[in-house]
This record gives sequence, C-alpha cells and structure tokens, in this order.
Amino acid sequence: MNPEKVVFGFFIVLSLTLNFGFVIGDIDDPSHHHPWEFFAVIVVNLIATVLKFGDRSQLGALLLATSLVAMLQLTAAALVWVTAAYTSGVGMTPSTMTSIVSLAAGALMANVISVILLVIETFLLRR
Amino acid sequence: MDSIVFLIMRRMRAPLIMLIVSYAVAIIGLVLIPGRDPAGNAVPMGFFHAFYVVAYTSTTIGFGEIPNPFTDAQRLWVSFVIFGTVAIWIYAAGALIALLQEPTFRRARAESRLRARVAHLRDPFYLVCGYGQTGSALVKALTDRHQHAVVIDSDQERISLLALENHREYVPALCADARRPSNLLAAGLDHPLCQGVVAVSNVNETNLKIAIAAKLLRPRIKVICRADSHEVEANMASFGTDHIYDPFDAFALYLAIALEAPCMTLLWDWLTGESDEPLTEPLYPPIKGLWVICGFGRFGRALYRHLKDQGLDLMVVDAKPHLTGIPGAGVVQGRGTEAATLEQAHIDRAVALVAGTDDDATNLSIIMTALQLNRDLFVVARKNHLDNQELFDRVGAQVVMHPSIIIADGIRVRLTLPLLWEFIHYSRFQEDAWACALISRISAVLQDQVPQVWQIEINNEQAGAVVAEEECAAALTIDHLITDPRDRERRLAVIPLLLEHNDERRLLPALTDRVRKGDQLLFCGREGARGSMDWTLIDRHALRYVVTGEDGPDGWVWRQLARRRRRRQRRGGVEEADA
Repeated sequence: MNPEKVVFGFFIVLSLTLNFGFVIGDIDDPSHHHPWEFFAVIVVNLIATVLKFGDRSQLGALLLATSLVAMLQLTAAALVWVTAAYTSGVGMTPSTMTSIVSLAAGALMANVISVILLVIETFLLRR
Repeated sequence: MDSIVFLIMRRMRAPLIMLIVSYAVAIIGLVLIPGRDPAGNAVPMGFFHAFYVVAYTSTTIGFGEIPNPFTDAQRLWVSFVIFGTVAIWIYAAGALIALLQEPTFRRARAESRLRARVAHLRDPFYLVCGYGQTGSALVKALTDRHQHAVVIDSDQERISLLALENHREYVPALCADARRPSNLLAAGLDHPLCQGVVAVSNVNETNLKIAIAAKLLRPRIKVICRADSHEVEANMASFGTDHIYDPFDAFALYLAIALEAPCMTLLWDWLTGESDEPLTEPLYPPIKGLWVICGFGRFGRALYRHLKDQGLDLMVVDAKPHLTGIPGAGVVQGRGTEAATLEQAHIDRAVALVAGTDDDATNLSIIMTALQLNRDLFVVARKNHLDNQELFDRVGAQVVMHPSIIIADGIRVRLTLPLLWEFIHYSRFQEDAWACALISRISAVLQDQVPQVWQIEINNEQAGAVVAEEECAAALTIDHLITDPRDRERRLAVIPLLLEHNDERRLLPALTDRVRKGDQLLFCGREGARGSMDWTLIDRHALRYVVTGEDGPDGWVWRQLARRRRRRQRRGGVEEADA
C-alpha cells in the first residue's frame, strides 16, 4: 500500500462527497446550502488540486485539468456569493442562490470525472 | 527538460498545502468566534471578512480590525493566527522562490528558450560544437560575413563569454554536452536550414561522437571535424565525414609547399588572410641543409614525414623517443632545452630548427638556447596557447604555428568562400612562377592591404539587374563587371580569380570571357571595389551604362517612352530602306 496514494485518493473523493453534499437540496433555498459546507468544499478542492501537481503522465494531466475546472467554478460561485451578500446590498435571493448552486454543480461534474479517472488509473495499475 | 518542471511542481506541493491548511484553520477560527458591532450586538464574522483579515495579516500588511473592532476572544485567536500564518507564509514564499531559482530549473528554462529560438531561425546556419579558440574565431568569421551559427559547448564560462562578444548576427548558444545527440537536436541538428555541423572541440572523442551523430541523424548534411590523430581521422573518414582537419598535418603540408613554392604559399596567405592585417612577406625556408626537429609528437611526426619527402637532412631531438616512435634518421635523446643536447644534434651546422613540443615554455626555451648556439637558424615554433602570443613575437621565430588558428582559418574559408577553396585546390597544379606573377599583379593593384576576397553568383538575389536586363546580359563579359559604374573608361581595382560555369572552372579568366546567368565568380580587390561592382550588378541603369555606354533616362515611364522611340526609329529605318 502506498500512503501517498491513500492521501491522494482521500482528498479527491472527499472533494466529490463534500461538493455533492453542498449541491443537494432545493436549488434556490439558502437554508439547504450551508456556507460552512461551501468553505470546506473550496479548501478540500484546493488541496486536491495541489496534490495533482507534478504528475507527468497523460492521466495526471487530465486529473489536474478537472481539478482546475472545479476550482474555476467554485471561485466563480464564491465571488457570486460575496457580491450578493456584501456588496450589492440586496442579500441572498433565490436567484443568486440558484446561480451559486448551479456553478457548484458544475464543479461537482468535474469532481465526478476526476474520481472516474482515478478509478481508471487504479485499474490500469492493477494490470 | 520536461521532467525538471514536473519535479519543481511536485516540490511545490508541500509549501502550498501548508499554506492552504493554515489559512483554512485561521479562517475557521475567525468565523467561529462571534464579533460585536458598535451597538454591542453579537455578529458572527462571515467567511469573506475572515479570509480578508487572514490574507492581510499573514502577509504582514495589517490593515487593522475590520469590519468592527475585535472582541478580546477574537484578539486572542488573531494573535495565534499572526504567529502561525506569517511564519508559514514566509516559509512557503521563500520555498517557492527558491524552487524557481534552482540552477537546474533555470538551465532547463534557458534550454527550452533556446530550442524555441533555434526552431524560429529563418536563415541557413551552421552548428558549431565547441567554443574554444577555434570555435570563437570561426563564429566571428561567419557572423562577419552575415552567416549564422548556433554554438554548443559544455563550459558555461565560454557560453557566457559568447554573450559578451560583439557578433554582427545573433548567435544562440546552448550550454550542454555535445556528445549527447539530444543536445545536438536541441541546438538545431534536425532544423531544415541547418547547413552543416562543425565539430572543433579539442577532444578527439567528442568530435568523433558528434560526427557519428550528425551523419546518422542527418545523412545529407555537411560534417566538418577536427582530428588530431590519424586513427581518429581514418575512423571519421570511414563513415563519410565530409572534411577532416588535422592541424599538424595541414601545417606540415603548408611548410612543405613553402619549401617548394614560396610564392604560392604567400598567395594563399594573402587571399585567406583577414582583411584588416598588412600584407605578409614571403617565407624562404632553407631547402638544403640539416633541419633539427625538437619534439617528436603529433606535430613532429607530421613535419618529419613531409620534410623527408622533400629530401632534407633531418635530426630529431625527443625526451622519450621509445614512447613517441623512433624515426629512421638520427635521434638524440633529450628535451632540447639544454645546449648539450642541441650540440649533439649538430645545431652548429643546422640551417633550421623546429620547436614542436606541446609545452610553450619548453618551445621558447629551445628556441632561445638554439639561437645562442647558431644565430642564422630558420626557426619554426609551435604555439599551443594564444596567451603566449607576445612571447612568440619576441623570441625570433620565422614561422609560428598555432593549431587552433590553422583549423579556424581552414574551416572559415571552406564555409564562407567555397570558391576560394577551389581556387587554392586548382592553383596547386600551377607553377610557382604563375603564383609569383599573380602576386605582383595583386600587390600592384592593392598596395599594402590584404585583398578583400568575395564571390558572387549571377542570380536574382545578388545580380538582379543582370537577370532583369536580358539584352545587356547577353553581351556581359568580365570586363563589364570590373568597369567603374561611375566612369566607363576606368576599371575597378579588382582581379577576377575564378569563373565557374556549369561545373567548368577557369582560373584567372580573361576579361573577354562571357558571364551568364548561374555563373559563379571569385574576385579579389581593394576595399570598396566590391560596393561598386554590386552597384553594376543590382542597378539596371548602371548595368546598361557599363555595357552599352548609354546613359539614358530611367524610371518606368521614361523606359516606356524610350522603348517607343526606339521602335518608331526602327520602323522609320525600315520605310526608308523600302523607299
């Protein structure tokens, strides 16, 4: 067993599960999408991205790409949240919540692909 | 190259993750601890504000307590945050900067930059491997003639020196081991415009490996090599290396020809010399008598063979004759630096001395001792290091041989003036009197300067006027080319040396010889004469004046009018004839 692989897999799967947990619920209901969960998604995704640095294989490059996509989506969601909550003066409306959750759902797709690639890589190693 | 980038990214992981985790912990703490607004109500801090506070605290910017003055509980947490995140931030930033500055990473970046630059070269270039004395002289000669070169050398110091030298063209330089084919490829071996590979490092093995790699990877390409031993030379020749230069053999041959044909040697010296030097005097090495050769290494052996062929009496002085190979004639064991050894070699009745060991101090000492014993010696000295130039100037040697310069000169002529190379080749079959006559012609034309030698090809690029003006081109002779385009009655200070027409070469072509499209010509002449000749070749008006003597109007409109007038005159002439 390679401890490095355990940590690697742990963060990739955790970023998927947290992301899923944040996205699930009514899309426009702020009470179904907790900011703490969103914070955790961002931090874990950041760590997963950094862990994917420096892999020269084709799969490694794809993994890094999916993570970068997820980070891009999550950053956009965070910016929408900050703008709505602090700078616009309107506060959280169902429509802003919808756009935050849909952006996070995009990141979820990227994380799903990431996990699928991880599984494929594991199978390739088996053989 | 690629692997180092991945390695650097992999090493970035630890500092980056530490940074992310420490920020996350600090933010979590700030969000958990409730703040208080000016009215005294408890308000939790949002993630956005928490991130903002941590970001400016950890980078030691410190904007203060935002958005409200902190409670004591918040201050307690922030003091932990300050010590934790600031330390980690400084560590992470330092580690990242150190990674980017790592020498291997920087070299890798420099290499990839060079690769990109070489790939973007749009002019034909030569790949010069080894930037020592030979390489630098060669690169300078090439760039002075607006030819391009790419340099590869494993010594970083030499590569840095190259950046300081003031070349007329940009010379990309790669600091890498030329023995590895991947480095040769990086330096442009597989570039379609790579004209040839020149391997002039001072290690035979390296040159051999470069030659093999070049011949295997680009079989069509010209490969020019330096080789110091016959073994390596034969090895290089066996797989088709185009030109192999052995400095010692080349010099021995030069000296042997100087014995037989002093004028010929002088002619070659003049034509191949750099144009900013004064003309040299002819050498008259003694043809009869005893020659003493000190040092029977590569140089001594090559000289021995060539001088023996000339039928000279020879005496060899060598410290270890049983190691270097015993020649047929008399041998004296010793270094030659002591009077006793030289006397044993009959220096008192010798006519010439060759100081040919591979150590400059020994050579100088031999010459000084020998000249004390016999004032009238003709001295040939081998100079191994360029730094000792002043000493060899003073010691009183008639000929100083420097291996690197000989090679650089040979390759320079071969690459920059292939026609001059052919001229020298064909002039070998001429009598010495022929060379003497040519020398007096050249010195009459040029007075004291080394002649400028150049070659032209009658094509669209170098002689656009000749290609465009077909009427003039039909009557063009060499005499027209050396006519002064300002005054038809005068001739430029130029001597045509060689005319090549359809693979047929003519030495010293006559003035009446025709010049046709596609011909190649070699000229020597005074500085500036080339400019006037180029004028005739490129400017249609000048060409027409030189060939026909008509100084007509020029420009498109005038040309059309002149053509109409000529046509009308011709028609008028025909009508008159009919009448």
